[in-house]
This record gives sequence, C-alpha cells and structure tokens, in this order.
Amino acid sequence: MIRRIAQILATLSLLLIAGGAALAEMRLNLQDPQTVIAHEIYNLHNIILLICAVIFVIVFGAMLIAIVKHRKSVGHRAEQFHENTTVEILWTVIPFLILVGMAYPSTKTLLVMRDTSASDMTIKATGYQWKWRYDYLEDDVSFYSNLSTPRDQIQNLAPKGEHYLLEVDNPVVVPVGKRIRVLTTANDVIHAWWVPAFGVKQDAIPGFVRDAWFKVDAPGTYRGQCAELCGKEHGFMPIVIEAVSEDQYKTWVAEQKAKKSQASSTSAADANKTFTLDELKAQGEKVYTKSCIACHQANGQGMPPAFPSLVGGKISTGPLAGHLDIVVNGSKKNPVMVAWKNQLSDLEIASVITYERNSFGNKTGDMVQPKDVAALRK
Amino acid sequence: MEAAHGHAHDHEHAHHPSGIMRWVTTTNHKDIGTMYLWFSFIMFITGGVMALTIRAELFSPGLQIVQPEFFNQLVTMHGLIMVFGAIMPGFVGFANWQIPLMIGAPDMAFARMNNWSFWLLPPAAILLVGSFLAPGGATAAGWTLYAPLSVQMGPGMDMAIFALHIMGASSIMGSINIITTILNMRAPGMSLMRMPLFVWGWLITAYLLIAVMPVLAGAVTMVLTDRHLDTHFFNAAGGGDPVMYQHIFWFFGHPEVYIMILPAFGIVSQIIPAFSRKPLFGYSSMVYAMSSIAILSFIVWAHHMFTVGMPAAGLLFFMYATMLIAIPTGVKVFNWVSTMWKGALSFEAPMLFAIGFIFLFTVGGFSGLVLAIYPIDVQAQDTYYVVAHFHYVLVSGALFAMFGGVYFWIPKWTGHMYDEKLAQWHFWLSFIFFNMAFFVQHFLGLAGMPRRVPDYALQFADFNRISTIGAFGFGLSQLLFLYIVLKCIRGGAKAADKPWEGAEGLEWTLPSPPPYHSFETPPVVK
Repeated sequence: MIRRIAQILATLSLLLIAGGAALAEMRLNLQDPQTVIAHEIYNLHNIILLICAVIFVIVFGAMLIAIVKHRKSVGHRAEQFHENTTVEILWTVIPFLILVGMAYPSTKTLLVMRDTSASDMTIKATGYQWKWRYDYLEDDVSFYSNLSTPRDQIQNLAPKGEHYLLEVDNPVVVPVGKRIRVLTTANDVIHAWWVPAFGVKQDAIPGFVRDAWFKVDAPGTYRGQCAELCGKEHGFMPIVIEAVSEDQYKTWVAEQKAKKSQASSTSAADANKTFTLDELKAQGEKVYTKSCIACHQANGQGMPPAFPSLVGGKISTGPLAGHLDIVVNGSKKNPVMVAWKNQLSDLEIASVITYERNSFGNKTGDMVQPKDVAALRK
Repeated sequence: MEAAHGHAHDHEHAHHPSGIMRWVTTTNHKDIGTMYLWFSFIMFITGGVMALTIRAELFSPGLQIVQPEFFNQLVTMHGLIMVFGAIMPGFVGFANWQIPLMIGAPDMAFARMNNWSFWLLPPAAILLVGSFLAPGGATAAGWTLYAPLSVQMGPGMDMAIFALHIMGASSIMGSINIITTILNMRAPGMSLMRMPLFVWGWLITAYLLIAVMPVLAGAVTMVLTDRHLDTHFFNAAGGGDPVMYQHIFWFFGHPEVYIMILPAFGIVSQIIPAFSRKPLFGYSSMVYAMSSIAILSFIVWAHHMFTVGMPAAGLLFFMYATMLIAIPTGVKVFNWVSTMWKGALSFEAPMLFAIGFIFLFTVGGFSGLVLAIYPIDVQAQDTYYVVAHFHYVLVSGALFAMFGGVYFWIPKWTGHMYDEKLAQWHFWLSFIFFNMAFFVQHFLGLAGMPRRVPDYALQFADFNRISTIGAFGFGLSQLLFLYIVLKCIRGGAKAADKPWEGAEGLEWTLPSPPPYHSFETPPVVK
C-alpha cells in the first residue's frame, strides 16, 4: 500500500515540477523588490526559509529513517528508553540560539522600516468604501482613485484586460529616488494600503493617522490592493503607483493644478447655469457609473436591505428634498451611504439625482440644478 | 501503569429513558461525548459546504457563482462555524468520552451541567446559521468581526453575537467540569505527573478557555452596544478606538489557537507511543512545553496586528515573544520523533494521521515562525500566506489529530473495529488533497494575493485552480470518513479490550464498549 502510494506521489511531484517550469508566471516568491525595504524583506525571507528548510530536512530525515528502518514489519524490536535530560536541554538551547540569529537581522530591518523621519515629501492616503483619496501635502494636489476595470469584465461579459482589477482612473504619481512618507487614515472602516513591490503595508484607521515610507529605485508602474476586509467591494479598490523622474513629476503637478483651476472655473460657470434634462441625465449617468453603481447596481435595483433599490423607491421617487438630503449629507441609519458633498461637485450631485429620478423606470420629470445643491451646502 | 480489574460484568442501569428523551435528558459522559462529536461533524460539513462554495467562486477570475456581499458572508461564517462549531466542540467530545475513561472515573464531575453545556450548542448553532435568513444576510465582517465594519452590519451580526455568547457560556461550563473532574476524580495512585498527556492537554486548555472566553464575550458585547446603544468604544469620533477592538479580540484570539491545538497535541501523544510500542519520550518535558506554550499565548497577541501601526518597541516585544513559542513547540516535535526512534512502528490509520499531523503541523509551525518576523509579516499579513498557515495548523493540525483520535478510540467506543483499508484511503486522500488545496496558497500570498477577496488578478489564476481542485477532493474525501464511522457503529469485527498492541492506559482495561458507568470502583494505578 505505502509503496504504491509513494510511487504515485513521486510521479505527481515530477508532473508538478514539469508543469511549474512550463508556467513561468506561477510566481513562487515575493514580488520583485523595488525599494530598500522590500529588498531587505526579500533577502530576510529567503534566509529564514532556508534555515527552516535545513531544520525540516534534519528532523524529518530522522523520522523517515525511523519509518523505514524501525518498523515492526521488518522485525525491528522496540527499545524502551524514554528520557534524556541532556538532549532535552540541547534541543531547547540550540533552537534558542538559532532564533537569536534570526532576530538580529529582523530587528535591524524593523527599525529601518519604522523610521519615517527625514522624508522629502508626504502623501496622505485616505481609505473610503471603496476607493482611495490622495492628498499631496506639500504640492497641494488631491484626487480620488477608483478601480477602472469595467464591470463587464468582472461579470465575465467582456474579455479581461492585462491589469484586470489592478488598474485605476487616477494613479498616484511619485518621483523616483525621493523618500516619501505615506500617512494613512480612513473615512469609514479600517482599510490597509499595500504595495507589495515596496514592502509597505499600513492599516488605514478611521480617526487615526498612521505612517510608513518608501523610496522607489526605478521608474515604472507598481500595483497593490487594499489588504484589510472593508466590506463588499474590498477586492475592488486597488492602488496604482507611477514612479517617474523628478522633471516628469513636476510637469504632472503643474498639470494637476491647471486641471484644478480649470475645474473650479468651470464649476463657477456652471453654478448659475440652467441645464436641460438631457444634459443632466447624460452627465448623471457618468457619475452614477463611477460612484453609485457598486451598491445600487447598474439596473438601480440595489441589493436590499443593505443597498436599497432606487426603482420606485421612497426616496428616489418621493419628495425631492429628501433625495437631495441623503445624497448630500449621507444616511445616519445606514453609514455605508456617505455624505457625497465631500466627494462630488454641485453639478455632479445635481446631475446624478436628476439621472436617478428619471431612469430605471422612474419618471418623476424632476430636475436638480447645481445652484439647488449649492444652496444646501450653506 | 496497571489498573485493577474486575469490571467485566456490566452495571447497566436501565432506568434512563429511551428514544429521543434518552439524548435530551442524558447525564452520561459517553452519550454527551457522542452528541458533541456528531454536532461537531454536522458543523464541519456545514462549514465545509461554505468553504467549497468559496473555492468554487475562486476557481477562475471574475464573478461566477456568488456576488461579493454573499462571498464575504460565506468567508465569515465558514470561519466562525469551523472554529466555534466544529473544532472546539469536537475536542470537548473527546474530553467527555476519554477523560473519565483515562483517569479511572465513573463519569464527569458535574453530570447535569454537562448535559446543559451540550444542549446550549444546538440553539447557538441555529442562531448562527439562521442568521443567513436575517434581512441583509449573515454578518460579513470576517470571523474576527473587526469594528467598525461589524458595526455596519445588519441584524445577522446581532444573531452571531448572541450565538457567540451562548457558545462561550457552554465552553466555560465544559471547562469547569473538565478541570473539576481531572483534579478530583483521578484513580488512586494517578498523580498529576502520571496522567496521560491527553488529560494534561485538556487540563491546560480548560484553564485557557476560562481565562479568555469572557474576554471574547466582552469584545462582542461592546460591538453590540456600539451598534444599538450609541456607545463609542470603537468609534474615534466618540472618543473610542477601532484598534482597541483588535487588542481585546486577539487577547482572546491567540490563546484560542492553542485551545484548538493543545488537545490535538494530547491525542497525538497518546497515539505515537502506542504504535511505536515504546513509552513516550520526555513525558515531563512535554508537560512543561504545553504549559509554557499556554503561558506565552497571553503575551503574543499583537502579532496578529503588526500592520496597525504600533511603536517599534511594541513590535520588537511581540516579535521576540512570538519567536519564543517556536522553542516549546520544537521540543514537542523532537520528543515525538524520538519516541518513534528505535521503536517497532506499525502504520494503522491512527498512526498515519498522527505522523501526518507532526509533518504538516511542523510546516504550519515554520510558516508561523516566518510570520512572526515583523518585516516579513508586513508583506504576508492579510494575504493567502496567512490562510495557508492557519489551515496547516488547524486542518492538518487539529482536524487530523481528531481523525487519528477517532480511529484510535472508536473500537473502544463502539466495540467494533473500523475498516482499516478504507481508513488508509481516507488518510491518503485527505493528505494529498489537503496539500494540493493549501500548499499553493503560500505562493499566492507571497506573490501578493490578499485574503477575503471574491475575485483576483489574472496572475493568480493557475494556483487558485489547483487549490480549488484540491479543496473539492479534500471535502469529498470526508464523506468516506462518514461512511467508515457509520459502518463501524453498525458492526464489524469485535474489538478486543485492548485492540492496539502497544496502547497503554486505563481505558484499555475496560471492555469494548465500556460499561454505562465507566469505573464504578476506582482502579488503582501503581
């Protein structure tokens, strides 16, 4: 029985090794490190794994010898020894010394990781259900970063792209060679900001600020994900970092500022403008797809009761004031519905409400203009 | 150890009711042990179906079978059911059956409380599993129920909290019973340091349970009041701290993992000497090792939360303390291997599961050591590496030990031998499919796949596929186990009083199956 199974196991492991070689993308170790910390972690892991492997081979080598040679079926007679203080002391002290050997490099790396002083620039990452917001404290740049993988790919209605689930609309852009301090916090529940290639994983805790640091060696695009269960779309809030040269970074910051001033002048122009129903609905559909679809779904039917349906709903077809209030100020009863006034412009809120009241079979004919929203903010 | 004889005649008192009322009103440790074991198996299958649904969804990228919200419910309930419904009651079942038999007692110390502590479990299980039917479904906050996510959940969360309260009360009652039985009802001559190691394992476990179950109850009660009474224990805006929940939870949670493994150490320490035909090597160092593991378990909790942002001094303390646990755990493995060394080994199913336990538990121990190292943990925390790690210690650890224990003692329990050939198949199928399901998850975690996600990037597809096939193989193999057990209960070759040549202990001095009141006059241990 055992011999036959050993044969099967040997064949299987050969197949696995051959199969593993054929599929080079089946990665066996940590991602290629791109920062000093990630390099140190990578090497530390290899060393510890090697030590463990050696101990494993010694211990189970001994067990294997016993299994093969000291078995009753080959006529081995049991000896009756059952204690030896010397070996007990030895196999307490030797592992202790090995652990001290492991603790030394670990402590060194730990202290480097936790030293977040002397940074060149600071980025605050705020976790939201389910997106990230970034604030560049020195350069005065802020934006939200949403998953950009189309819903059709997730629902298997379209072929999946190369960076499926690891792509965003607005990546974090950082200069290479600079020491960057990341402050993490959250708006609702605990998230975790994790970029494997940087060796950085830091929980983002609502009401508290934590920090970590990294310095990217080479230009490139690096991808990570939220690492702490944060609700329904936990698997769908990636982190994408583009590391560029210092000059490119400066150009990018200038572009962002130009975009921001353009946006504020557009919204100033929009503030008193009166839009038509079709204009609002077209704009509102875009906002809905970006910000509302995860919970209320493409057909507006939501997933009751946590995510209520908008089709003929009490709020979505009831008095307009109630609809405005819940979108602008959020829901006290159901904190997953956040106050969107912090995330969306007046025009965006006006158009998405108009869209919701005139789609999915809702036909209220109501229109909301940006100035109606502005009035609520005061 | 030798015991006095003279119990061949059966003291069957026919006063107890028959039919269903026999099981409802029973105060007999064997009946209650049997009910615990069946309860555990039913919960194991329930949690297993959830696990297979999870693995089916993860078979390939994209959402196919379940949507994210329900996926998170499954992940959460799988964890809660396996920990509180399958593993813990399973070991209490072993304790009920075996402790009186092994220490020479007639029954457990508090027979009525024993009945009560079992019968609390089915209502708790109904509350827990029934929470799927609550509006919004079951809680989806992960089995750790981290605030503030758990504060957001629907009424299913409240049902889970009450279920945990009831299960906690049941565990505490069970522990009081076990401690009292062990300390007061041992046969004359059985000093503490002559007790079988299974009894030692449970004595320590029971103290751990009494120490930490109230802590869990406190943590979930604070979540409950945060949800409904506007307390702000875990809400920063009200002066609370979400991280405090994690500190309290893991102060319970780390001893909890030893609660689930110390009885397994005990079972394996009974099996290995029996099939090596040689006394256990280093009995007293085994006892000291278990005790030091239990004590250390109270000062390592924060290694579960290395990424919450603690000061460097705190990180160093918890890293060093955690690494120290490797020493007593290593001592246990070395002692087991030395027990086998120069023995006369044979490989019946209990021995196979015990060897499988030592081998795979050590793999889980090594990945635990890797995770104890803070810098590596930062990469591995909340990834599939952690999922692989705790399934190596809980499935191939706790569960394999229970399988071994069932095969070891079922001839005693039923009076019949089980089907050895099928049991060997059960072991090899479980062993191979288990590794197929979980070994590849180490690679997934290292390469960057987070845990608790319903969907993943394309580079993780191949290993996920292998893992899912392994999981289904493992799950289906357990139906074979059910068949073997049922077959053994219904009949089979008559089991001798001592069916295993090398087995030692008082339980083997009784007939198989043992009389209704195990030892009416205490045997004398010389």
